[in-house]
Amino acid sequence: MAGPVRVALLVTCLVDLFRPSVGFAAVKLLEAAGCTVDVPRLQTCCGQPAYNSGDRADAKAIARQVIAAFVGYDYVVVPSGSCAGMVKVHYPELFADEPTMRGQAEELAARTYELVSFLTDVRGMTAVAARCSRSVTYHDSCSGLRELRVKAQPRTLLGSVAGLELKELPGAEICCGFGGTFAVKYPEISDKMASDKIADIRATGAECVLAGDLGCLLQIAGKLSRAGSMIETRHVAEVLADMTDTVPPIGAPRK
Amino acid sequence: MTARDDILGGIRRGLGRGALADGPTGELAARVAAHRRNLIPARAASLDPPGRVDLFVAMAEAVQATVTRIASDGEIPGEVARYLAAENLPAELAMAPDPRLDALPWADRPLLQIWRGKAEPGDAVSLTPCLAAVAETGTLMLVSGETTPTTLNFLPDTHIVVLRGGQVVASYEDGWDLLRARGGLPRTVNFITGPSRTGDIEQKIELGAHGPRRLHVILVDNAGES
Amino acid sequence: MEATSHNFTDNARTGLANPVLRRALGIAGTGFPARRAEAIARLPEFEALRDAGKAIKDHTISHLDYYLELYEKNVTASGGVVHWARDAAEARAAVLEICRSVDARIVTKGKSMVAEEIALNEHLEANGITPVETDLGEYIIQLRHEPPSHIIAPAIHLMKEQVTATFRAAHTALDPDRPLTEAPQLCAEARAMLRPQFLAADVGITGANFLIAETGSSIIVTNEGNGDLTQILPKVHIVVASLEKIVPTLEDAATLLRLLARSATGQEFSSYTTLSTGPRRPGDLDGPEQYHVVLIDNGRSAMIGGEFQDMLRCLRCAACLNHCPVYTAIGGHAYGWVYPGPMGAVLTPALIGIDEAGHLPNASSFCGRCESVCPVKIPLPKMMRHWRERQFAQGKAPPVYRTGLKLWAWVARRPALYHELVELKARLLGWLGRDRGRFRALPLASGWTQARDMPAPEGRSFHSLWAERQRARK
Repeated sequence: MAGPVRVALLVTCLVDLFRPSVGFAAVKLLEAAGCTVDVPRLQTCCGQPAYNSGDRADAKAIARQVIAAFVGYDYVVVPSGSCAGMVKVHYPELFADEPTMRGQAEELAARTYELVSFLTDVRGMTAVAARCSRSVTYHDSCSGLRELRVKAQPRTLLGSVAGLELKELPGAEICCGFGGTFAVKYPEISDKMASDKIADIRATGAECVLAGDLGCLLQIAGKLSRAGSMIETRHVAEVLADMTDTVPPIGAPRK
Repeated sequence: MTARDDILGGIRRGLGRGALADGPTGELAARVAAHRRNLIPARAASLDPPGRVDLFVAMAEAVQATVTRIASDGEIPGEVARYLAAENLPAELAMAPDPRLDALPWADRPLLQIWRGKAEPGDAVSLTPCLAAVAETGTLMLVSGETTPTTLNFLPDTHIVVLRGGQVVASYEDGWDLLRARGGLPRTVNFITGPSRTGDIEQKIELGAHGPRRLHVILVDNAGES
Repeated sequence: MEATSHNFTDNARTGLANPVLRRALGIAGTGFPARRAEAIARLPEFEALRDAGKAIKDHTISHLDYYLELYEKNVTASGGVVHWARDAAEARAAVLEICRSVDARIVTKGKSMVAEEIALNEHLEANGITPVETDLGEYIIQLRHEPPSHIIAPAIHLMKEQVTATFRAAHTALDPDRPLTEAPQLCAEARAMLRPQFLAADVGITGANFLIAETGSSIIVTNEGNGDLTQILPKVHIVVASLEKIVPTLEDAATLLRLLARSATGQEFSSYTTLSTGPRRPGDLDGPEQYHVVLIDNGRSAMIGGEFQDMLRCLRCAACLNHCPVYTAIGGHAYGWVYPGPMGAVLTPALIGIDEAGHLPNASSFCGRCESVCPVKIPLPKMMRHWRERQFAQGKAPPVYRTGLKLWAWVARRPALYHELVELKARLLGWLGRDRGRFRALPLASGWTQARDMPAPEGRSFHSLWAERQRARK
């Protein structure tokens, strides 16, 4: 292989707006794994909100933009299972009846990965240089789990974080109720799912809850804080990138 | 246009074709005639006959059937009497009018009242043979017929089945082959796996919903015969 | 059954606010998945069987006309009669005519979702015939005049106390002081009350889990034995079944049976799996004298060749319901018709129209758990999305969502503008939320903030910060 691995970061619209720290954590981890990282400016969103609302036309238009933005990189890495799943699994379906675009979508899909599984499965990372003196529990975001088989990888890397105690979350694989547009269209049902999720989280006794998707994390953090809980919510990338002591958790006041 | 024509026509429209021509029909007929087995789990299929019998017993007991193993047909009446006494049941039996059951030494148990024929309301206990038993899931296979009325399997509170070791097969597919060897399907084939049950009250399992609350298997160990 | 699916939002709200329902669903939502997982752990071939089951169903649907004709031929050859029904009305009429031909007064019924679908009970009652549900769950809800809330456990929404109250109110001839608080007592009472009905019935009606083309047989899979007493005691056995229950051979049925009980209740096999082939034979000592099959289309053939064809693979095991966080939050009645949960979200619009059932495929977070447990790998979220595409194309989404989505998509296709607006929004919301780190209320987001806080953004967009970082490094 000639030269370092060229990775493009697909930021995701939630990371972009709510929590750039996750993006910088991803960059730090990718660089530690021997990659150079670019952030193509042509990207805005992966198009999932349009796609899941039945608006195929807009979803396709956005997908074309994403495909164009990420031409030429060895890999496209995404700090989100649902956005990575959108590109990897759904872009080829979106263009099922357009052979040329489908070919391009499949080509992009083949080199697109969710962040943590990229580090372990492609870069062979088995440990990180990080410290986090917390007891932590981990929620398996649905798309990452079911579309991309992200399950063991975050747990493997978390196991290498100094001072971290990992407690398994009962019902880790049960949806938190975010579901993008679902949370705003059916807020009461979404809220019930959120309540069940934080009940499970609180029952573990963990001080901190992690996941790989910011949508889930906003839902979980929002519900925990409304319930008056002191449990911290973070993206798993922040912990792996050793940013626990420098970045406040999600929903906490900025000092 | 009859409803039949409409429905078949609608299906064909959906499939984008008309009625199938002889070629494809022949292939489908061949598929049915071949009735090829799909994947059979290794659980029972990998066992030898004694292993299959042991597996049947384990699986049947796991679903609250009871099994007693005896050495010969001659012990059946005694085992029936013992079981009824142990369960505090009346010494009465509605028995399938099956020649092999008739031939048993019932005279050894003169206090046992036996009626032969289909079940009547009020029958407490029935005794039937079976066609086979499927080791894979501890399942008995019973068929309706002139000597095996189906009501005996369902009306009484307690159902006792006589099973011979040689009747234990590995899979349901072995059961189908037995039916084909007999010349086709009877009116009713019952696969029975444990007693009647329901979970309809708060998901807690209760036995004896409408069918028998007790299923007792008298297993005559003779792995060579059937 | 009259649909209230259009009222889904209110129905769901009612369900969410019902503490008894929440307790009942809590028991079901943990029990069923655990038992299924245990059953599958005991069968290493389960995944391979899912593929085999899917292949059998797909093959059958692609040749459904052939197999239906073969099935009919074999039913007839064994002395049974097949009645073809295009819709619910024809199906009801066929059943009624058979009942009338034997002057039926009492009809016992095994559990059948398609009988609910065609509203059979009301039709029989309107014509002077008394249908008696014999499945314990169906019996309970029949007494309560409620529809089923689950396709295999119809009374799953009830706790013991409610069943006790129902039985005390209905079984008036029994001693009012009798103890009736425990499940064994309730079951024993149902057994005692229903046994005379089984014996008195003129006609017994069951559904069918499978119809076997090779032999003309119908299969029912039960645990109680009620389906068997329903079909062997009366003079007439009527099977009501929809077209897609057909499988080609006995061997195909065995494969699907291995998937069914494990997926439904976590059992290795149900207590009673029964094949029925025609009426009683000469010499038989018991069994029905007549055997009729009412084969029902009611929208199935229209699903063939379209986006929803895969739904015809459904075995009605309810694994998708049991694993669905939406179903276990709101219960089955919220869906407003016969089929709830993920399979109901796909099937109901196909059978009663997307206008009536429009909420159902939308009330999903697409978590995908349903598809992951479906024994025949039906891509349920994908088909829910297809319904959403149809609604969008027909302009059926509420205007605020359509406009919001269109606006957002328009901006998203203009990266320079998008990045500026995101930076602006990040700065504004970040500044507003800097002290507390979260919003307890947010304009335009009351759906979210009524029950959750909204975490505040960090205050800059990633792209702005990245651009600054890149400039600083040059």
